Amino acid sequence: MSNTDSSHHDDQIGHIVPIKFLIFICCILLFLTAVTVWVSRYDFTEINIAEMGIILALAVATVKATIVGLYFMHLRWDRAFVGFIFVGSILFVVLFIGIALTDTMEYQPSIIKGDTPKVSDAMDLLKH
Amino acid sequence: MTTLTTQNPNDNYLNHTKGIKSWLFTLDHKRIGVMYLVCVLLAFLLGGIFAMMIRFQLLTPEGTFMTQDQYNQAFTVHGAVMVFLVIIPAVPAALGNFVLPIMLGAKDVAFPKLNLFSWYLWIFGLVFFLIALGAGGIDTGWTFYTPYSIDKASSMGGVIPALIGAFVLGFSSIFTGMNFIVTIHRLRPKGMTWFRMPLFLWATYATAIIQVLATPVIGITLLLLIVERSVGIGIFDPAMGGDPVLYQHFFWFYSHPAVYIMILPAMGVVSELISVHSHRHIFGYKFIAYSSISIAMFGFLVWGHHMFTSGQSALMNIIFSLITFSVSIPSAVKVFNWLATLYKGSISLNTPMLYGLSFIFIFSIGGLTGLHLATLATDIHLHDSYFVVAHFHYVMMGSALIGFLGGIHHWWPKMTGKMYHENWGRVSAILVFIGFNITFFSQFMMGSKGMPRRYATYVEMPEFQIYHIWSTAGSVILAVGFVICAIYLLHSVFAGKKAPANPWGGRSLEWQCPSPPPWDNFPEQPEVGDCYDYSVLEWNEEEQGYDWRKDAVHPGDEQKA
Repeated sequence: MSNTDSSHHDDQIGHIVPIKFLIFICCILLFLTAVTVWVSRYDFTEINIAEMGIILALAVATVKATIVGLYFMHLRWDRAFVGFIFVGSILFVVLFIGIALTDTMEYQPSIIKGDTPKVSDAMDLLKH
Repeated sequence: MTTLTTQNPNDNYLNHTKGIKSWLFTLDHKRIGVMYLVCVLLAFLLGGIFAMMIRFQLLTPEGTFMTQDQYNQAFTVHGAVMVFLVIIPAVPAALGNFVLPIMLGAKDVAFPKLNLFSWYLWIFGLVFFLIALGAGGIDTGWTFYTPYSIDKASSMGGVIPALIGAFVLGFSSIFTGMNFIVTIHRLRPKGMTWFRMPLFLWATYATAIIQVLATPVIGITLLLLIVERSVGIGIFDPAMGGDPVLYQHFFWFYSHPAVYIMILPAMGVVSELISVHSHRHIFGYKFIAYSSISIAMFGFLVWGHHMFTSGQSALMNIIFSLITFSVSIPSAVKVFNWLATLYKGSISLNTPMLYGLSFIFIFSIGGLTGLHLATLATDIHLHDSYFVVAHFHYVMMGSALIGFLGGIHHWWPKMTGKMYHENWGRVSAILVFIGFNITFFSQFMMGSKGMPRRYATYVEMPEFQIYHIWSTAGSVILAVGFVICAIYLLHSVFAGKKAPANPWGGRSLEWQCPSPPPWDNFPEQPEVGDCYDYSVLEWNEEEQGYDWRKDAVHPGDEQKA
């Protein structure tokens, strides 16, 4: 986009969201917070899925983050390119955390248990 | 003269306002670029002194003048200063700040105050590094690897100030990147579509993406390290349930793309050098532009190749090895296109071009030896040896810094309004090239024979002494080359010939404003044509520079017609 293209953008006022709508969104976020609290108190071992608590909490957090991005950060009404950048950034974080944690899980079986002083004692013994 | 000038032809950014305050509080991108340049070169001198200390220590197997602790400090400070204070900001912050807005025909970057703030952050980062030296020193290596860096009993006391310094410098880098992204998106002139931008801008744009996306990760990682060292929570320390390999993941997730923060802008400089000084349209413009973006993208997916011997899982080792090979494709695309540009070009073997050619030669060796290290089987043997040291110096010093030097020489007449002594420039460039290759090729040889890196002495391996002697001799030649360069550049500032607006015959917009540029660059935003079409220029004997051919149609007139 050239200067001449962009000059009229500079004069624009950003998209205005009615205050009632923002309060409505805020209520949804508060409701979802209550859901997270409820999930944390529920014992999922009863249905033999102990990890369900974390999965649900993260799912709710993702929905909340999406709502904040869409409505409070105005992505819903902004250019698609800005949304693309936002989603791209999220995917980028997923990639980084995903690969790092996958690796961590992969090498767990090969870790020598014990704290570092014990390991260094063992290494000293090997040398002698 | 068709150069675009302001009303007062003697007014330029150097004399528009006077006094130290006019520099320290300037919002002018050119002055900020010059301030970065001066500071980066001083930091380069500091890092260079430590480099020479390392080389002279290794002249004999017993070591010559440093204790083991002092040696550990010397290579840590050398690495940290060169990476964080020199190579990362060198091309983008120093040359980029000066050239980028003028190449766009803009009056400044999008956020001038943020730009000045970035420079002050760089200064604060430097101050923290100096505090680290005074507060007991740092001996962790520039990577600050855990668990050593969190072990207060073993590592030296300057770790936390150095970490804060790197953290602050990260913000400087992010702000510069943000500024450049917005500037390129919003301030391009009429007619400058994405594929009419000079390739230096493509490279700077790709670099800025990396700066903005990757640097926050190192910021938060260093912050975690500070918290772990000072408060003792278990994030990376295995004794407290932490994971030191996770630190390496976090660190290299930034620091490998950081290699591309260093090399990509230098590649952009080389694209300009090769085309302008062979007076030939750049070959494969779109391929070079796309390869910058793909290098930036691939750069994010290969960090694990630094960790093949760290305990990283076999699955990840294989994945990272495969992806690493793929980075060589866009890199090779650039090299082949530069070579094709040179083919049948009218090559001027002047100083910038010599640096450009040096870059291609050295980068090819640096890139190809990277394939040895990306191969799992050979990396096991070469890891932590001098082969690795030679490889990354071929890429980070021999390529990134040579590109930086080429850029300085290319834009020096524009920045200072003075021409440097061309023959001394050639002598210096040749000495740098020869000295560099003697210094580091001998390191490839000793590394492949098993000489480990980071050893202060090698009493039990005296067979490596000959390589160290060669390497030290090369470093002396290199240093002489740099000293000559500093002398003739400084001499040119005070006694150099006046530079014409376009001494090399460039077509991008910075060559259409006077040397040095006026305060506001252009009286009005210029029209843009093909910035690699040199057929419209001709040599002007009177001005000792290039000028528009009298029968050539200017881009603006072309559109009107």
